[in-house]
Amino acid sequence: MRAPLTWLAEYVDLPAGTTALAVAADLVKVGLEEEAVHGGGVTGPLVVGRVLDFTPEPQKNGKTIRWCSIDVGEAGPRGIVCGAGNFLKDDLVVVCLPGAVLPGGFKIAARKTYGHKSDGMICSSLELGLGEDHDGIIRLTEWGLDDVKPGDDAIALLGLDEETVEVNVTPDRGYCFSLRGIAREYSHATGAEFTDPALIEVPAPANGGFEVVLDDQAPINGVPGCDRFVARIVKNVDATAQSPRWMQRRLEQAGMRPISLAVDVTNYVMLAVGHPLHAFDLDLLAAPIVVRRAAPKEKLTTLDDVERKLHPEDLLVTDSPDGKTAGRVLSLAGVMGGADTEVSATTTNLLIEAAHWDPITVARTMRRHKLSTEAGKRYERGVDTQLADVAAELTVRLLVEYGGDRVEVGAATDVGEAAPGATIEMAADFPGRIVGVDWTREQVVENLTAIGCEITGDDVLTVKAPSWRPDLTVGVDLAEEVARLRGYDQIPSVLPIAPAGTGLTHGQRVRRSVARALAEHGAVEVLTYPFIGTAVHDAFGLPPDDPRRTALKLVNPLSDEQPYLRTSVLATLVDAVKRNVSRGFTDLAVYEVGAVTRPAGGEPKAGHPSVSQRPTPQELEQLNAAIPHQPLHAAIVLTGQRELPGRDSAGRAADWSDALEAALLVARTVHVTPTVTKEENHAPWHPGRCARLEINGKLFGHAGELHPKVVAALGLPPRTVAAEIDLDVLIEASGGIVAAQRISTFPLAKEDVALVVKDEVPSGDVQAALVEGAGELLESVRLFDVYAQAPIEEGHKSLAFALRFRAPDRTLTAEETASARDAAVAAAAERTGAVQRS
Amino acid sequence: MSTKDYDPVEVAVLSEDALTGYVAQALEAFAAAGSLETLKQARLEHAGDKSPLALANREIGALPPAAKADAGKRVGKARGQVSKALAARQKELEAERDARVLVEESVDVTLPADRRPAGARHPISTISERIGDIFVSMGWEIAEGPEVEADWFNFDALNFGPDHPARQMQDTFFVEPVDSGLVLRTHTSPVQARTMLDRRPPIYVVVPGRVYRTDELDATHTPVFTQVEGLAVDKGLTMAHLKGTLDHFVKSLLGREVTTRLRPNFFPFTEPSAELDLRCFVCDGRKDDCRTCKGTGWIEWLGCGMVNPNVLRAAGIDPDVYTGFAFGAGIERALMFRNGVEDMHDMVEGDVRFSLHYGMEA
Repeated sequence: MRAPLTWLAEYVDLPAGTTALAVAADLVKVGLEEEAVHGGGVTGPLVVGRVLDFTPEPQKNGKTIRWCSIDVGEAGPRGIVCGAGNFLKDDLVVVCLPGAVLPGGFKIAARKTYGHKSDGMICSSLELGLGEDHDGIIRLTEWGLDDVKPGDDAIALLGLDEETVEVNVTPDRGYCFSLRGIAREYSHATGAEFTDPALIEVPAPANGGFEVVLDDQAPINGVPGCDRFVARIVKNVDATAQSPRWMQRRLEQAGMRPISLAVDVTNYVMLAVGHPLHAFDLDLLAAPIVVRRAAPKEKLTTLDDVERKLHPEDLLVTDSPDGKTAGRVLSLAGVMGGADTEVSATTTNLLIEAAHWDPITVARTMRRHKLSTEAGKRYERGVDTQLADVAAELTVRLLVEYGGDRVEVGAATDVGEAAPGATIEMAADFPGRIVGVDWTREQVVENLTAIGCEITGDDVLTVKAPSWRPDLTVGVDLAEEVARLRGYDQIPSVLPIAPAGTGLTHGQRVRRSVARALAEHGAVEVLTYPFIGTAVHDAFGLPPDDPRRTALKLVNPLSDEQPYLRTSVLATLVDAVKRNVSRGFTDLAVYEVGAVTRPAGGEPKAGHPSVSQRPTPQELEQLNAAIPHQPLHAAIVLTGQRELPGRDSAGRAADWSDALEAALLVARTVHVTPTVTKEENHAPWHPGRCARLEINGKLFGHAGELHPKVVAALGLPPRTVAAEIDLDVLIEASGGIVAAQRISTFPLAKEDVALVVKDEVPSGDVQAALVEGAGELLESVRLFDVYAQAPIEEGHKSLAFALRFRAPDRTLTAEETASARDAAVAAAAERTGAVQRS
Repeated sequence: MSTKDYDPVEVAVLSEDALTGYVAQALEAFAAAGSLETLKQARLEHAGDKSPLALANREIGALPPAAKADAGKRVGKARGQVSKALAARQKELEAERDARVLVEESVDVTLPADRRPAGARHPISTISERIGDIFVSMGWEIAEGPEVEADWFNFDALNFGPDHPARQMQDTFFVEPVDSGLVLRTHTSPVQARTMLDRRPPIYVVVPGRVYRTDELDATHTPVFTQVEGLAVDKGLTMAHLKGTLDHFVKSLLGREVTTRLRPNFFPFTEPSAELDLRCFVCDGRKDDCRTCKGTGWIEWLGCGMVNPNVLRAAGIDPDVYTGFAFGAGIERALMFRNGVEDMHDMVEGDVRFSLHYGMEA
């Protein structure tokens, strides 16, 4: 909401010289945040000039410029080139002299143009920031400014030094969408005296007014769509009359465009007191006006020339032509008028509507029709319930004043009765108890009275909220009023003592450990948006029935190409890889820890239980059943060199095992060893280079090299490797107290064995057999060599394992060690056909 | 010395002069030895079995008993001098050799030591964790909730009725089908409602997490961002406790005292509601062109307030017995004013240089 300071000063004492910034600083204290400060952007010299003479000069570009001689109150005239053609000799104009600065920091200097030295500029409204009109220059006579002479300062004359403060109005403060509301708040902030522009005499309704019927057959939530409708008849308004320049100027300062007298006056009153109005062409109406909900299939072409299909919940103002009561739709109540009964250039008789509409009805209509209007915005947030007659009367008075000499005012219609503000019972010490300051009853009463409440009672107050504050309904609302008027800076700072906690949960600790382990392992954490399209799943080569293709779709995605939520972190992490590679980082290890969404399909609707009490267990169950599964995943992608080439090394390219190493490392951080098996067809991985990891029989994730086709389809560097793991599985499988392991100080016995197996036998199987066969004396086993050349038989490989034995309580004898080794080898031989090399 | 004891053979080698001469020769040879190699040679010559002193020693056996002790003492003294000098020189030369080896093994320590590339955390993650730690140290706990959330939790339970204007202002991502009742949570506040339904007061929790709004990505907005929510519900909590908590939070996060200001604001789920501003700690409100506070002197950061009784009621908590406060802060915003990140693109594009700059701590 924009509040021109000159206008604000009419309703509240504003000391001379108060700047918009100072007003903004005061308003923020009571909760109106500064959005911007406008105006005051012109510095002189800007003066009145008289056109002494001019010569039209046609130019090659088809334009005709005028070479003018202008008296600006100096010893001699100035020569100025002007492109406009809307002025005459002897006209009074506005001249900007060299040295002046116009809005936008536009500096004026004497310059050579069209073959002349132009010693200034004759200004249009647009150039001075006074409006949109750029059809020609300002002729001061047209503005009613005859009583000036060349050389007079035009900055003050045109109000160019006037500032406007723009504040952000929160949804609970609908009344601040008016000068009246902002002036009141300024008074609260500073103590300056407030003069309510709405305190005027209003004529009582009389017979002979326009007939209005309120007939809402389908109130929403039991609240009638209209609880009060005031209609005023104003006849014989001069159709050519314009709104006065000062009013146009204020509308412009407030951000609205002047249109016609009737429209300008209704807008002006709306800005002044916050109550929207609508002006109909009276001659086009047929009584009675009926307020009703829309019928099925009804339509209305609104003022913006859009034909709208109406919804049975839309509340309408209708009239009754051709004897059909409520037969024609006039407007979407409280939102926008219809094109048919719009005030036109020939309208002389008006019907002014000032009604109080239900906020929810208006809000739904605006939302349904994607139509946000100044009126609707105010009704949605709550308009003063007792102001309809006042707003109408203010409008009528302005029409009488500016509508010509023959204006006649007809009888007033005033039907319905709008509820006043809420009555709230509140302990007098309640605001203090909520805010943490000891306020006396008197202090509380003082502040609540200041905002317009009527109060009775001693220890328990009965507070009647003012009609412009529909947001005040319960005690905490009043507590906020007291707190903000007394100042939030009065609130002390007290650190509460929470009961002793138990620290992070196991899952939270695992998440941190995993993220840190990967970073310490040399990978860089990135965060990607979880939005995907089906294209990435196609590039991944996911089969049509792959569960990862079951993704949640957004109704209103940012991009139509990416309307789904990721079902794997890898699906979005690859984009970060591509971006880094394209920026020259070709040796890369990146990871992300984040949620993925894995709907099962067929989740129930969430439902909307009542919020007046705790939902029932069944309602809660339904709410939670509607939420799709969202496991916490981690993914890592490596490409390029895992170890950098340098003075003593050729480097080492990342391969499938680096991805696997990362996945295993993650599990190891919480003492879990997944089982690793080969999985031959799991997109997007290479069929021969993909490890499947399981923990206690549950899928933990996959790791390995990406399929060459996937790498090509995504534009990733060749041989890119990746892992994706489900941390929820890891979290579930870990935790609890890790039992101690005794550290034996007895000597180590080393035994190396080389076992020959067929190529297709996985080394993991051989190692598992060795471990099992070796028994409890085995401390560790490690594969340290794989050899597959002569003299090893074709189709076979030799696996060399280092076995390490140690007993907890004694030095092992050579016989014990040899026997454990033989048992290990025997187990490997039995299970995998391994033959020990001699 | 009696003539009857005189033995001409031994006079020559066992004489004081001779012995002194041998010692002098030995010492001279040792001193002249420039390496352990030449010292070994000198040792054989002057302290070995064939050395003059050894030979002299052998002569003692032939002496009359009366002279033995005397000669033995003299030879012993001479040999002692020699072996001591030898040991000293040996030690000296060994030290020289050891020092020389170290010099020879010296390397260029400015050579790169970067075989394995460094990793890093994203600063959004590390700051979220740091904030969690601040509150955990006060006895609070960390709570979590889903990012795809029932709109009942995201709005209804938080006193955003279906027609509340503020509900439209949240720029919500909706989930298909339109009547699914699901949204991408627009704030971490639904976890407030979940927590209050899960636990009984006293409740003191913080909730870090990702949230979503339909803003286009630009220098200061991102549709996917991170919040941390705080919620305390207990008997007798007031706005003063809210202020105390936020003051401590800000001080802990920025590592110094910062002046804060609460100013009135509006949120459906709190009443009274406030916005917390920090006094600009870069310019202290003294520079019109300050990039951190844009010349306003204040850095706007987080929304907060006393939990609206309607919110307590929807969770089955009696607002006549318990009060609560809540706050929600943007982590990206914190990273901007705390660390000076100027463009949101840097945080969301996944460029490794961004994370690497911070290492494991931001």
